[in-house]
Parts: sequence; structure tokens; C-alpha cells
Amino acid sequence: MKLSPEHLVIAPILIPLIAGALQLFLDDRGRKLKASLSILSTVALLAISVLLLRFTHTDDEASGGKIAVYLLGNWPPPFAINLVLDRLSAMMLALTATLALPTLIFSMGRWHKAGVHFHTLFLLLLMGLNGAFLTGDLFNLFVFFEVMLAASYGLVLHGSGLLRVKAGLHYIAINLVASLLFLIGVALIYGVTGTLNMADLAIRIPQINETNQTMLESGAAILSVAFLIKAGMWPLSFWLPETYAVAPAPSAAIFAIMSKVGIYVLLRLALLFFGSDPGFSEGPGAQILLYGGLATIGFGTVGVLASQTLGRFAGFSVLISSGTLLASMGLVQAEVTAGALFYLVSSTLAISALFMLIELVERGQNLAASVLAVTMEAFGYQDEEIENEEIVGVAIPRTIAVLGTCFAACAILLVGLPPLSGFIAKFVILSAIFSPDIASQIDIIPATSWWFMALLILSGLATLIAMSRSGIHAFWAPSVDTTLPRVLFIEIIPVAVLLCTTLVLTIQAGPVMRFMEATAISLHAPQPYIEGVMNAPTMLPPPMEVVE
Amino acid sequence: MELILSLGIGILVGSGVWLLLRPRTYQIIIGLGLLSYAVNLFIFSAGRLIVGRPPVTQTGVRVDPATFADPVPQALILTAIVIGFATTALFLVILLASRGLTGTDHVDGEESDR
Repeated sequence: MKLSPEHLVIAPILIPLIAGALQLFLDDRGRKLKASLSILSTVALLAISVLLLRFTHTDDEASGGKIAVYLLGNWPPPFAINLVLDRLSAMMLALTATLALPTLIFSMGRWHKAGVHFHTLFLLLLMGLNGAFLTGDLFNLFVFFEVMLAASYGLVLHGSGLLRVKAGLHYIAINLVASLLFLIGVALIYGVTGTLNMADLAIRIPQINETNQTMLESGAAILSVAFLIKAGMWPLSFWLPETYAVAPAPSAAIFAIMSKVGIYVLLRLALLFFGSDPGFSEGPGAQILLYGGLATIGFGTVGVLASQTLGRFAGFSVLISSGTLLASMGLVQAEVTAGALFYLVSSTLAISALFMLIELVERGQNLAASVLAVTMEAFGYQDEEIENEEIVGVAIPRTIAVLGTCFAACAILLVGLPPLSGFIAKFVILSAIFSPDIASQIDIIPATSWWFMALLILSGLATLIAMSRSGIHAFWAPSVDTTLPRVLFIEIIPVAVLLCTTLVLTIQAGPVMRFMEATAISLHAPQPYIEGVMNAPTMLPPPMEVVE
Repeated sequence: MELILSLGIGILVGSGVWLLLRPRTYQIIIGLGLLSYAVNLFIFSAGRLIVGRPPVTQTGVRVDPATFADPVPQALILTAIVIGFATTALFLVILLASRGLTGTDHVDGEESDR
């Protein structure tokens, strides 16, 4: 039987589930076998996600993109469980697989030996992520969220140690509470509408009568708090930098996309549920997203400047990235959303590469070297050997040169300088905010847009300052007792691959941007999505006939 | 019955939140337990409070849905219970690991100065 795309839709969930479960039967000493099984399944995931991406995106502009619906129980929608693949889900799947493969290769350097069941946890995390991107109903979203979170608890604690257990305790407690909020929100929405299918909800929500409106809105609000915790919006984000900083490098690298799951869900649900009536763009939801996003950028900017270690710095960069995305969502314009999607891909790749790079850089450093520049000079004494080297001007060691180049590339990406994709992303967002056709509709550009622009540029500047500072200390003037980090070939290659991906994004910016625009437009006009799901044909005639 | 259920949920949530904000890990886990009971009851109430009606229909007979209880919330609760149980067990392990590594049951791993 030829596998049609409709059947491939479930593969991103099944492959990691089966591969992950199989690995439980293997002895933990058989790491080669485990690692090759994981690599194999991740390669398969990447191939399938690219196929699915090509399936959803057809070049003709008129169609809203193809939507594949997979009916798990073969019940006609809106009954039972279904998986829905559209452009946005396909894009997120591809991004997940693109991150997963380098991260996995990186972990084979040494991290997968640091504890038990690394590969199983990693694959289950991928399953949770893919499931969350594909699912078409709210409750399964919860289930896949939990799969993802349960695996992430294990990955945070991978390698154990005091710091990880302390941070893990907070992380798990907060996420358990978030899950409970998720359930309350789902229950409220179900109580009002009587359905959990996202497309069906989109049809029924505009028909809700006045008395139930408050219930529905409070349900949606509680639900979004759960996602905002995940995405790390400002007052809900204090757990994030610490957890990401102490998590082992490969886990942190894949966590970079985990905070984007919250963003993905908000983007999809807000526009699907409340997009059709003008309520969302004018109601409190968009305002909260906008101001919350701005506050998050501000908080992240301060945090980036104040970070004493590179790990925390990267954690705060995640916050800046989330804040930018949330604020762009709060503006509710298709053009801004398109830029935000591009930014999402670019910043996720960059942050993921940064987390892996940091681990390689810090490997050679002792505690003193990772302390803030000013404090360091106070108790730094120059090692004789290093001083000699500096005077003679010995060529920079090759490892340092490679690491330094990657570090600089990460900096350029996160700051948003040309020529890499970070610049394009920020440029598109900003130009969309101030685009003339929007300005002609509303005479003046609102003050929040200026604030957004200022914060976006400032956060870039702060990132630049912080990264130059730590870069100088890590590469240019390595201080006391710095030994050359021993970096394996398979550890630096993944970082380079991720950075090269952003280079491809830059060079192919035209087609990628067209894809993002099409995605944003179909998000803002979800009618084809709703119809595609509701009219999905069942595979066979229903198994039983109802007898009168 | 509505009053009893809503009071029950309210008391459970109140106690759960209070315990959650306490500094000891044991209090946190009990708080989380209470909260998850409350949430499960809440999901149940989302399917309306109905007594004495079956949730499962007979095969091959046309039935009036109004005479049946809503089976979806019950299915949701079952799933939520299973997931909640597993995550609570996991949290318990972390709690013990933290206790072993830090020597204290404070959530921050160290006693506050006060």
C-alpha cells in the first residue's frame, strides 16, 4: 500500500513512541544500538516532516493551503479524536525535527551517558511536541502536553546534581499547577460549548448566548494562563531562566522549542476561537498579550544584562524571544504574524545552538571565568603561561577559533544584525508594524508600536553588550586557569549545522517568507481550516447502522 | 447537591492553594493532591450534575441523548487521574531526592534566614 500523506500524519507521533518504548527493553550499556535507533527515528521524522511540509504548501496563492485530517477512530468529525495538519503544524513539526537531530548527535558526545534512559525520554519529548502540534482537540492537547512535560522533567534532571534537583523541584511544581489550570479551562469551555474539537469550537463559540459568555471567556483566560506559563510571559516566567540554565545542554537545546509550544497554541486557538468576530483584536486578550509581551521583552533585557553566567543569559534570551512573539501576536495583523513566524524559527534555531555552544565553552572554564567581567578583574591574576602567549601573539587555538566563530554567529542571530536571518525577522516585524497600508487605515501609528520597536531594538543592543562581554572573556582574554575545552567533532558539528540552517533561511528568505505569509493569512482567516476538519471524509462507511 | 459539590470544590481549592504556598515540600505535594481532586470534581460538574442515568448507550437502538449522562467528562477525569497520579509520583521522587541532597525539606533547598 502506498502511504498517502493522510496516513503519514500520524507518523510523527508513532515513530518516537515506538522507538522510545523499544529502547526500554535494551540494556543501558548498549548505547551504540540505542543511539543509532534514536538517530534513525529522528532522521525518519525529519524526512516525514519535510514531506508533510511540501504537502501542505502548494505554490498557488488562491488556496488556503492543503489540510490533512487524520480521523483516529474513523468517526465523522466533530466526534472522537482527530489529528489536523496544516501549514503551521507542518512548519512546527519540521522545526522540531530540525532541532532534534543535531541535539541528539550532540548528546552522543557524552551527555547520553550521564544518566539512564536519555534516549527514551528524548524521543517521548519529541512525541509530545509533535502530538501537541498535530492534535485537533483540546483534551488531546492536554495529554500531549503532559507527555511532553513528563519527559522534560526527566530531561531536566538528567545527570542529576544538587542544582538540577533544586531547579527541577520548582519547575515541576509550577508545571503541575499549570496543568491543573489547563484542566479547569478545558472543563469550563466544555461545560459551555459541549465540544472539545477545535474546529467545532470555532463554529460554536460565536453562537454562545450572553449568559454563558462570561463562563466561556473565563475558561479561555484560565486556559491561556497555562500556555503563558509555558511560553514564559513576564509575571509567570521566573522559573524559566534558572531551569534552562541548569538543564543539561542537549535538554536545554530541545527545550528551546518547548517554550514555543505555548506560543503555537495561543496563536492557533486565539485566532481560531475569537478571530472571526472583531472581539479579539479589540478585546482584552490582545491587549494582555501585547503588554505582557512588552513586559517580557523588558524583563528579558534586564536579565540578559544582569546574567553572571552564559547559561542564565541564554535562559533570558528565551524570554526575549517569547516576549517578541507574544507582543507581535497582540498586534493581530497578518503581516506582523508572518514576521513573527519567521522570527520564531530563526530565534529557536539560534537559542538551541547557543545552549549547546555554551556547554562547550564553559567546559574549559573554572568558576572565576564565568563571573561578571568587573568582579573578575578584582580577583584575577594573570597566569604566566597565558601572559607569555599573549605577548608573543601565538595563533588562536583551532578549537577556540571554531567556538568563537559559532558564538559570534549566535550573537549576530540573537541581536538581529545583518547578514543572518535574525535581522530579516526583526526587519519584517518592524516594517509590518509601520507598513503604510495599515497606517492609512488608522491615521496615526499607536504608541504601543513605538514602544514595541524601542524595546525590540533595545533588547538587541542589550544582547549585543552581554554577548560581547562574555565573548571577550571566553575567547579573547581567557583568564585564570582556563584550559582549552576538549571538544569532540560530533559536538561542534551539530552547532554548526544549526547555524548553517539559519544561513539557508537567510539565503532562501524569499520563498520562506512567502510560506510564512501564507501561513499567517490562513491563521487569520481560519475558515478553510474549520471546513477542512468538519467535512473530513471517513475512510469507510460507518461500521454499524442504527436500527429503528 | 449543587451546593455541596461547589462547597466541596471550593474548600479543596482553598486548602490546596494555601498548602501550595507553604515552604515545605510535603505541604506542596499534599496541596497539589487536594487541587487535583478539586479539578477532577470540577470537570465532573462541567458535564452537569445528573443522577441515575446511564452514560453508555445500547448498540443498535436509537436513543434520546437527553436521557443519558454525558460520558465525556467522565472519560476526561479518568485520563486526568491517571496523568495526575503519575506526575505526583514523579514529584514525590524529586522531593525525596531534594531532601537527600540538601538535607532540608524547604522548597528552596535551604532554610530562609528568618
